[in-house]
Amino acid sequence: MTKYKQIRIALNNCGVIDPENIEEYIARDGYMSLGKCLTEMTPQDVVKEIKDSGLRGRGGGGFPTGLKWEIASKNKADQKYVVCNADEGDPGAFMDRSVLEGDPHAVLEAMAICGYAIGASKGLVYIRAEYPLAIKRLKIAIDQAREFGLLGKNIFDKNFDFDVELRYGAGAFVCGEETSLIHSMEGLRGEPTIKPPFPAEKGYLDKPTNVNNVETFASIPIIIRKGASWFNKIGTEKSKGTKVFALAGKINNVGLIEVPMGTTLREVIFEIGGGIQGGKKFKAVQTGGPSGGCLTEKHLDTPIDFDNLIAAGSMMGSGGMIVMDEDNCMVSVAKFFLDFTVEESCGKCSPCRIGNKRLHELLERITKGQGTMDDLVRLRNMSNVIKDTSLCGLGQTSPNPVLSTLDNFYHEYVAHVKDHKCPAGECKDLMKYFIIADNCVGCTACARVCPVGAITGEKKEAHFINSETCIKCGACIERCKFDAIIIQ
Amino acid sequence: MEKIKLTIDNKLVEVEKGTTLYKAAKKLGIDIPVLCYMNLEDLGIENKPGGCRICVVEVEGRRNLAPSCSTDCAEGMVVNTHSMRVINARRTVMEFILSDHPKDCLTCAKSGNCDLQNMAVKLGIREIPGQEYAAMSTYKMDFSPSLIRELDKCIMCRRCEMMCNEFQTVGALSAFKRGFEAAVGPAFEMDIEDSTCTYCGQCVAVCPTGALTEKDHTREVINALSDPTKTVIVQTAPAVRAALGEEFGLKPGTLVTGKMVAALRRLGFNYVFDTDFAADLTIMEEGTELLGRLTKHLNGDKEVKLPILTSCCPAWVNFFENNFPEMKDIPSTARSPQQMFGAIAKTYFADKIKVKREDLVVISIMPCLAKKYEAQRDEFKVDGNPDVDFSLSTRELAHLIKQANLDFKSLPDEDFDKPLGESTGAAVIFGVTGGVIEAAVRTAYELQTGKKLERVEFEQLRGMEAIRKATIDFNGTPINIGIAHGLGNARKLLEDIKAGKSEFHAIEIMACPGGCIGGGGQPLHHSDSSILKARTKAIFAEDEAKVLRKSHENPYIVKLYEEFLGKPMSEKAHHLLHTHYFDKSGKIEIS
Repeated sequence: MTKYKQIRIALNNCGVIDPENIEEYIARDGYMSLGKCLTEMTPQDVVKEIKDSGLRGRGGGGFPTGLKWEIASKNKADQKYVVCNADEGDPGAFMDRSVLEGDPHAVLEAMAICGYAIGASKGLVYIRAEYPLAIKRLKIAIDQAREFGLLGKNIFDKNFDFDVELRYGAGAFVCGEETSLIHSMEGLRGEPTIKPPFPAEKGYLDKPTNVNNVETFASIPIIIRKGASWFNKIGTEKSKGTKVFALAGKINNVGLIEVPMGTTLREVIFEIGGGIQGGKKFKAVQTGGPSGGCLTEKHLDTPIDFDNLIAAGSMMGSGGMIVMDEDNCMVSVAKFFLDFTVEESCGKCSPCRIGNKRLHELLERITKGQGTMDDLVRLRNMSNVIKDTSLCGLGQTSPNPVLSTLDNFYHEYVAHVKDHKCPAGECKDLMKYFIIADNCVGCTACARVCPVGAITGEKKEAHFINSETCIKCGACIERCKFDAIIIQ
Repeated sequence: MEKIKLTIDNKLVEVEKGTTLYKAAKKLGIDIPVLCYMNLEDLGIENKPGGCRICVVEVEGRRNLAPSCSTDCAEGMVVNTHSMRVINARRTVMEFILSDHPKDCLTCAKSGNCDLQNMAVKLGIREIPGQEYAAMSTYKMDFSPSLIRELDKCIMCRRCEMMCNEFQTVGALSAFKRGFEAAVGPAFEMDIEDSTCTYCGQCVAVCPTGALTEKDHTREVINALSDPTKTVIVQTAPAVRAALGEEFGLKPGTLVTGKMVAALRRLGFNYVFDTDFAADLTIMEEGTELLGRLTKHLNGDKEVKLPILTSCCPAWVNFFENNFPEMKDIPSTARSPQQMFGAIAKTYFADKIKVKREDLVVISIMPCLAKKYEAQRDEFKVDGNPDVDFSLSTRELAHLIKQANLDFKSLPDEDFDKPLGESTGAAVIFGVTGGVIEAAVRTAYELQTGKKLERVEFEQLRGMEAIRKATIDFNGTPINIGIAHGLGNARKLLEDIKAGKSEFHAIEIMACPGGCIGGGGQPLHHSDSSILKARTKAIFAEDEAKVLRKSHENPYIVKLYEEFLGKPMSEKAHHLLHTHYFDKSGKIEIS
């Protein structure tokens, strides 16, 4: 099993088949699992199989999928719904998009299996309108599946009806949260409501609804085909199977990877990812998207799974993985992610709506050298309260980048506050450009290239940078042939 | 019902399944602070978005804090409502909320009566760390004839949105924008005047801050009272006397009719009159109209429109003009008591005291904000001069009395002036849901049957249920009556009429919970529905104490017809006391 670092389950067919041709999917055992379910298994068998597989939600929460199906199957109603959450919103994450563009039938097949298991005849894919190719391919796939009798009425002559429709999202990050997603599909404002009631009890149009993420669905057909006992041998004790990650940042090999749960960060970054760009020093890796945490050198040998990442102060999220090197300022990193969550808060609850904004303001001040040591205490308290009191997963995790950088890189915060210095040299407001008089020959090249006229000096005499005017654009450094300009 | 046992602050409590932590704690006498949460018990009005996060509590074994307003109790739960973790969280969240709230409490209309201010005091907030560099979310001000929106003060409690959408089904208010910029207002951030708002004022009645307030007209009234060339008269609506005392620390439900008259006289009004007089007049007109339509119907006329709908409530009038214009010939054409009063005051009474129309200023004191809008409708003006110049809410009157330094509680009880101050018990019950129709029945019954009513109370028309039905025996003819308070409930009755399913002969509709006693201009109930019930009791007590309890027995009404109007529905009455309605359904145009 460990012979290869990567195992493809969710991405099984991606790049292998023509996604616009259902026959190619069928040739790769497509829809065989649906057939197996309908002809050989009871709905309870299907639920049990998924439960036994140990599959957990790949959208971020990590809730056991089989249990979710079981709850939805037990709730009685005249109509139930299966919803596929394709509102992929983490910056830099594109695994759901790749699955939908590369293997749309796997998702449709899994939704139909889920429909059979929980007793639903309608499926809805909530997909970002910004994914036009995925939408196009899903539409083609739905049409073809209907044509082949794999969606629609009386599938496999087993008196089972199931059909799928698309719903478009407008790109709000919070609509990836399942209650928000359901409200958005209902035409209401995309904002969360308190759980319980869970969607499995009262979801779309107040009917029992099972919401799973694209990658979760994509893992279903293969589990049915190869069996729970095959799947649950992969991974760790509490996290089974594989996980797709989107590798990004200062790493040599960027892109999607799929590895068994339990693979270490070191294997992912240094073996699969090929190490840090330009041979620089690894500093941190942010997992779990904008609301994950930054992990450091000391976490490199931690096996990646749902529980270990949370224990380390981060999370699995949907599988974003952004690698940072020694040139990244960790205060700026925290600010960058907060930028995103402030923008994406729906505004319903006060801690997320206002608290995140205040966190961002404090980080802004610190990166400008205006922070105080008291601010660091406040930063931690505010972060803890926002996590503790926010209504939905967005606010409950948005301070993670702040808390994890405070935990792991406190000295960087202190350097900004006390010494007004950015150790990584990223915070422009804390930099100063100087000309070393001894090295300067007075060639005037720097003065000529400076866009704001901050550099003065006579020809053939040492020049001088007026730091009040300087905008720290770096043009002078690039132009100087005598290494006379330095940054402090 | 399944019972659940749990521990809150070390005390064991047993509650029914489905009870929230907040209510369970209340049962133990533990008052968890709440801000966005609101519950008008027995009226089916509840707001619990779980948005403010002030009411959070610690539940053992739970990762994060739980909002007590919207978390159900579970068997064996161990809850702590005041651990240091909770107190710190509550204070920090409150600091967040205040950091994005203007600090102009000194001049804010809600100052002293503000839920946010009270909460800041309760939580002991003394400073807001980082305020000097904290950005504030700002919005344009929005002025309308009835209410003012200052969204800088909106805290996203969503109470107004719930009232507007769920209770009233008006749909003028909803959350717009996202994150830090989010607030509640009409779609596309249009002005409230351009929306389908009915000016019922229920948003103002529940707003915990100064984000939604009435358009204040006290300055205009002071100016009129200070002008020696003007004769200024005032009329007071029935519901005002049952609530005004609350503003002066009197127990809810204390009737202050006499003190209110005394206060108005001391404020300098030349005549202190009663809208109740005009309510009696309304019954004469509306009752006659009802009987006319009913007689035609019973005689087999297929053209006649039934049921007849009451038309006293201006928010309700706005509602059907916006939403059911195709039915605009169903409501009674009788003007509201406020407007009947204005029309009679500026003709009959002005002639009597020999004052020119333009020198007579008519002020009304109303439990209502829609009355402000109604007063300035074009059809109630003569050459641009309105029949009612300014309408003040109960709250504004209280402010005026306080400004005048009157010790309200020790004022003597005084009587209204004549002739427009005399009224019957039938008029005073206009202030509660079901009252208008009860008053109409009292008169219509006697006029129709020629018999004297032995008992004037129609208990079957009273109560707080959202929609009530009753059949009254008119000497062998059963008359079916419907009553709704709240526009959402009214909508249900209207949909039935539209579908041809309505069995009613007459329907009374009031926009506000409990009728006018729960109006948008009343002292704030701070989500205590017992206040509304106490006011209702007071109104019925005033009715009972009256010698005359049927509108047609009011001697000054009789005299008014003899001297001036002729008979109900006469041409003159038609001209002065009736109106017509407009199709406003095309009001919203999205370009």
